[in-house]
Amino acid sequence: MPRYRMNLMVCTGTGCVSNGAFEIQEALEYELKRFGLEQEIQIVTTGCNGFCANGPIVVVQPEGIFYQKLTVDVIPHLVEEHFLKGRPVPALMYTPPREKSPVPHMREIGFFSKQRLIALANRGIIDPEVIDEYIARGGYKALAKALTAMDPHRIIDEIKKSGLRGRGGAGFPTGVKWEICMAQPGKEKYIICNADEGDPGAFMDRSIVESDPHAVLEGMLIGARAIGARQGFIYLRNEYPLALKRMLQAIEQAREYGLLGDDILGTGFSFDVSIHRGAGAFVCGEETSLIHSLEGRIPHPRVRPPFPAQSGYHGKPTNINNVETWANVPHIIRHGAHWFAGIGTERSKGTKVFSLVGRVNNTGLVEVPMGITLREIIYDIGGGIKSGKKFKAVQMGGPSGGCIPAEKLDTIIDYDSVVQTGAIMGSGGMVVMDEDTCMVEVARYFLAFTQDESCGKCTFCRIGTKRMLEILERITRGEGREEDLETLETLAVNIKKGSLCGLGQTAPNPVLTTLRYFRHEYEVHIRERTCPAKQCRGLITYRIVADRCVGCGACAKKCPVRAIAGERKSVHVIDQETCITCGICYDVCRFDAVEVV
Amino acid sequence: MDHTDLTPALSILERENTGSGSLIMILQKIQEDYGYLPKDVLDMLAKRMNIPIAQILGTATFYAQFRFEPIGRYVIRVCHGTACHIAGADKITDILRQNLEIQEHETTGDGLFTLERVACIGCCSLAPAVMIDDQVYGSLTLDRILRIIKDYRKRTP
Repeated sequence: MPRYRMNLMVCTGTGCVSNGAFEIQEALEYELKRFGLEQEIQIVTTGCNGFCANGPIVVVQPEGIFYQKLTVDVIPHLVEEHFLKGRPVPALMYTPPREKSPVPHMREIGFFSKQRLIALANRGIIDPEVIDEYIARGGYKALAKALTAMDPHRIIDEIKKSGLRGRGGAGFPTGVKWEICMAQPGKEKYIICNADEGDPGAFMDRSIVESDPHAVLEGMLIGARAIGARQGFIYLRNEYPLALKRMLQAIEQAREYGLLGDDILGTGFSFDVSIHRGAGAFVCGEETSLIHSLEGRIPHPRVRPPFPAQSGYHGKPTNINNVETWANVPHIIRHGAHWFAGIGTERSKGTKVFSLVGRVNNTGLVEVPMGITLREIIYDIGGGIKSGKKFKAVQMGGPSGGCIPAEKLDTIIDYDSVVQTGAIMGSGGMVVMDEDTCMVEVARYFLAFTQDESCGKCTFCRIGTKRMLEILERITRGEGREEDLETLETLAVNIKKGSLCGLGQTAPNPVLTTLRYFRHEYEVHIRERTCPAKQCRGLITYRIVADRCVGCGACAKKCPVRAIAGERKSVHVIDQETCITCGICYDVCRFDAVEVV
Repeated sequence: MDHTDLTPALSILERENTGSGSLIMILQKIQEDYGYLPKDVLDMLAKRMNIPIAQILGTATFYAQFRFEPIGRYVIRVCHGTACHIAGADKITDILRQNLEIQEHETTGDGLFTLERVACIGCCSLAPAVMIDDQVYGSLTLDRILRIIKDYRKRTP
């Protein structure tokens, strides 16, 4: 095998790819060849590095120098300076907001230094499309241990002792779930990996599958061994083409290596996996719905019990875990329950992956130990709020979760502490909002989502969410009534009580938390008919400031309803009757001549 | 009325396992091939798979993925996830509606573009984002999305 003095880890997660990572890879290949360095320096394409906001990213190993926001034009200079002459290029490194000098090493960048990687242990280090790289990092060792040195009871015991709880949102203890399924009579059992990440604002599972698909497969293999399943399914979201490609490759390679299929590692244990592509229904996050979908049916949830562990896929005992839960399993088996339980808080062990997005400087994928505070995540890892604006809230748990205000920023990440705020841990979406976000509008947005995704089975969820949405739409249009808030609260309580599955039971949460922490915003909308954040389109008007308008015509050209008139080089005017307050004029004006009032 | 060519659908049925539980996968393969689910094909499917057409339509219409009208050469899916929403996804949809002169879920007269919305494409770090077929475009501004559309128009003879 050739030996390289340097490895260039090119991030090829979806984010960096859309910013041109493959073009960067080609340019690097071309330049390395031009300087005759291709025998000395290797290019490795990796899964998501996590710092998506700053892509395309290349990390130079073994030094760990972090290059970001690369473009094809700078590659010749970078290759010549750093890789040929050994002089790293500071201009291409990361400089934290409000600081002047760049931070060369990845481990010293605030975004990375407070993270603790378990589920994402291999991210940015291996090529997810090459099984040998996973194996070289200790991959499939846990499987060998589980198959040769542990019986099913011991595996389950280990998972129980580790304190691992489901990472899909509800936080049910994983070991207990496995044990129930194992204890069921019958030989035909199934396991399912839920990779139908439906929460808007979250991409943890996509990144795990894209950067380390074998970790998920290994977790499933160990689970299958413990439970006694021969067949597994991965229910993968259809909008994730790259994740699909990498998972298919991983399954193919694992079969070639005899790690999937019959008589795995000569132990007599057999297991195989097939991928089922989701077709776009949020309710499939609910276990019984997901199973109905796998069976080719309309994904209505059903009454539990019986639980899927008792009667699941085609009536057989079935265990469902989410991607991140499965990815944790090999690490627990390899390093032991004691090691895992040493991380985190008393009732929440290990780490949690979050997609940190919205109005923070460093958006991306982060994995943090349980027990860290929201403040640390948003300010130390996230680098604070963009453009020096004021923090308003962080939304956790997507449409089932809630908005946590500034006074609760010292809440620790732990299933129980987050629930106390009215939000939920959820699958890991963390959307940061600043003073320019209207909380009533956010509540309306989530309600519109759940109302649309409600499967229609339960009356309270089907009609109740519709009524709530209508009220919220009225309030954001400036037609709110004094009694609306009380009606919203009554409806919310009833929908929670009268719904069969998690979708309906949690749908009112975004409204309830915003009412709890931002009630005054609702009141201003209703009583004063204004939107303090200037976001609600029915409550704002756009005007052109005559002194600043140079008459360039950019706004008039872009206005979708042709509401802006004016001669070239003279002041333009918006016709308020025609204006639909889309705000495009505001965005395109380069002279700050459009104002919102 | 023109009848749809059933040959591709028939070969999908021959190739794939059509046992119980395969309906959604078969529908996905048909949509990949035809771009949508033609009525004639669904009728044929009902007969061949011995499933009532009402059940096929009930299942297909439940999921956001399936379409029942022909689509354009390029499918534009504007992400309306939380991060994209607060970054102005509505404006992206607005400007595309204006530029393409169609509403959501419609196809342009020249058959080039279909405009869709999607709950989240999981590229929240790049908000606001749009997916055209399998290609993701992130950190969009209104100008940039219009330039991208122009490029697609140019590269199509």
